[in-house]
Amino acid sequence: MTPLVSTGKRIPDYLNAAYGLKSWLFTTDHKRIALLYMASVTMFFFLGGLMAVLIRLELVTPQGDLVEPDVYNRLFTMHGIIMVFFFLIPAIPATLGNFLIPIMIGAKDLAFPRINLGSWYVYNAGGLFTMYSILNGGVDTGWTFYTPFSTTFSNTYVLATGLGIFITGFSSIMTGLNFLVTIHRMRAPGLTWFRLPLFVWAHYATSIIMLLGTPVLAITVLLVALERSFHIGVFDPAYGGDPILFQHLFWFYSHPAVYIMVLPAMGVISELITCFARKRVFGYRFIAYSSVAIAVLGFLVWGHHMFTTGQSIYASTIFSVLSMLVAVPSAIKVFNWTATLYRGSISWDTPMLYALGFIGLFTIGGLTGVMLATLGIDIHVHDTYFVVAHFHYIMVGGTIMGYLGGIHFWWPKITGRMYPAFWSKFAAITIFIGFNLTFFPQFILGYMGMPRRYHAYPDEWQVLNVMSSAGASILGVGYLIPMIYLAWSMRYGPRAEANPWGAVGLEWEIQSPPTAHNFETEPVVDKEAYAYTAEQGYVPPTKEAEFV
Amino acid sequence: MSDASAVQHPKLQHYFHSLRQQTETVTLGMWMFLVTEVMFFGGLFAVYALYRSQYPEAFAAASSHLPINLGAINTAVLIGSSLTMVLAVWAAQTGRQKMIAVFLLLTFVLGAAFLGIKTVEYADKWNHHLVPGPSFQFEGADPGQARMFFHLYFAMTGLHAVHMIIGMVFILMWVPRALRGEFTREWNDPVEILGLYWHFVDLVWIFLFPLLYLIGRHTG
Ligand SMILES: [Cu+2]
Repeated sequence: MTPLVSTGKRIPDYLNAAYGLKSWLFTTDHKRIALLYMASVTMFFFLGGLMAVLIRLELVTPQGDLVEPDVYNRLFTMHGIIMVFFFLIPAIPATLGNFLIPIMIGAKDLAFPRINLGSWYVYNAGGLFTMYSILNGGVDTGWTFYTPFSTTFSNTYVLATGLGIFITGFSSIMTGLNFLVTIHRMRAPGLTWFRLPLFVWAHYATSIIMLLGTPVLAITVLLVALERSFHIGVFDPAYGGDPILFQHLFWFYSHPAVYIMVLPAMGVISELITCFARKRVFGYRFIAYSSVAIAVLGFLVWGHHMFTTGQSIYASTIFSVLSMLVAVPSAIKVFNWTATLYRGSISWDTPMLYALGFIGLFTIGGLTGVMLATLGIDIHVHDTYFVVAHFHYIMVGGTIMGYLGGIHFWWPKITGRMYPAFWSKFAAITIFIGFNLTFFPQFILGYMGMPRRYHAYPDEWQVLNVMSSAGASILGVGYLIPMIYLAWSMRYGPRAEANPWGAVGLEWEIQSPPTAHNFETEPVVDKEAYAYTAEQGYVPPTKEAEFV
Repeated sequence: MSDASAVQHPKLQHYFHSLRQQTETVTLGMWMFLVTEVMFFGGLFAVYALYRSQYPEAFAAASSHLPINLGAINTAVLIGSSLTMVLAVWAAQTGRQKMIAVFLLLTFVLGAAFLGIKTVEYADKWNHHLVPGPSFQFEGADPGQARMFFHLYFAMTGLHAVHMIIGMVFILMWVPRALRGEFTREWNDPVEILGLYWHFVDLVWIFLFPLLYLIGRHTG
């Protein structure tokens, strides 16, 4: 396919449009901001990963011998806070979403480029507060900040960390707002709602959650801060306050937050599956609507985190039923992806390995989620490693597989370079194996009753814990390999063509890497998003993607 | 393919086709921001609703310590400031550039008057030991629950005041821009969206006033 650039004179791509540190720190180009975000979230990912290493090391032996109990409390707390708020939530929207949404809808930039840049600074300002708290010893409340421990009893850096989360929340709001307005107002001529790539639909739904949920987290964290610093104790039982109310407000955001993490990954998977099966997506509208359904239903299920709080049995029953209901739109997606694969001409490139890995891991995570939504099982395994395994299957098995799949898919577009085929496939398989070895034993441990957040455990659970820690080291290696070859590829990788995978979509019709304004002539869209049939003029690539 | 209007308006950003598209986009952005504000205050209102339904007597008793006349005056002041803000937007849309600055300044003055009266109220609470903290004292049946009322009173009015201050900072920043003649009949998005924001903050107070000052009044 030829790039839309046809003016004769060569326009520099966005990486070469300007040089120097200032051209990056003050850029309003959504593509450069995406790369800034990528650098930041990667840093936080490895910081959070470092905490995970220490946690898994401690759990190799039944005795609490590596770190003190209160250090262990801080480790799992900081691991959770960093991974959830500073990696998983921004990971796909702020990087891939930022880079791709304007291009996919045929726009030159997001609706508010300066707000977009501002969001990156806000994110980092929140990160600084959190780093400050880590360097001073961190927080020991768990990432959930339950009152009254967080408001009254914990004497760690709750205020600084809470402030960090409060601030970072605004970067999430800014991103979501930007996406919603952009998707509404800046689509190219002919690009109707049902011609949008499912990646865009997924981000639309994600942005709704960011916009409606994050402010509630902000006010909740603010109330904790007011209670700690100004005696304004709305959760304090001494004045008739209810600590459980905190949990309601917290989970009103933090359950939907799971969908902020996983919906964008689902959007990535829809793009990967169609491309590497060379097929129209099965049931486009169902996948599109199911994203919105997840966003809406996700707001009605928070009570499933509170089955053991003395919540009324009627409320719990309703929350339980609604939680199972959210599984329906998720299942629709999985079935539709599978149906898309059926009789497709499948190629096994690296992004596809991640996509298939996602489907497997997300299915396990989702089904165990349905188990947890039932009242009886939840009360049995509440606060055990079963829950830990479940949400890691969703967040790590889902979000990170989607993120890495997307990075490998769009890397040629983003950097204009290819990466080594062998090593990238090797890493994808390593991650899949390492992940399952880490977290599957935790389901069994949890079912046997091992509680989460303890640094010591009875001897009979050692074998499974050693398996988990061994898996974690394989997983760690799996994450390091892409760091190495992607860094190598940025400088030495072979040049990528405009469309190395033979994919359809506006982003593949422009050059790699794109020019600063993406399109030199405005695109006009006259077909659906997944026009992979010969009647629609699709020509499959004649050769394999050019790898090393 | 290329832009229909031959001459680009200086305020038209390169990634929009027309001023109309730009204005629609910017106002939609502000409306969406206001949605987040509704959720932000909504969390606080939910907390209020819960505790008030649990402790109706204590809340009514505590509410009777708020000066209803000052609250009423402040309500009138804020509604007046919304009027001047509307007039500023009207002046912008009809190209009366000096008038924009005049009405923005009037809005600022009324906002400052509101905050002044609020300060008097806060000082009065302090003198009567009604500020949550070690010196809090309340003569009544349930001092703890009454204190919860004051927790919410300070959190809600304080957060509202912070929003007022932010709005007033922007008003002050917009005045010189108006005087320079930046806002024209064709392009006045900043005035328009500042107006939206200001009305929202006003509206929050319209809810706060009855919820905090007027509860239990009808029973005497
Ligand atoms: Cu949940």
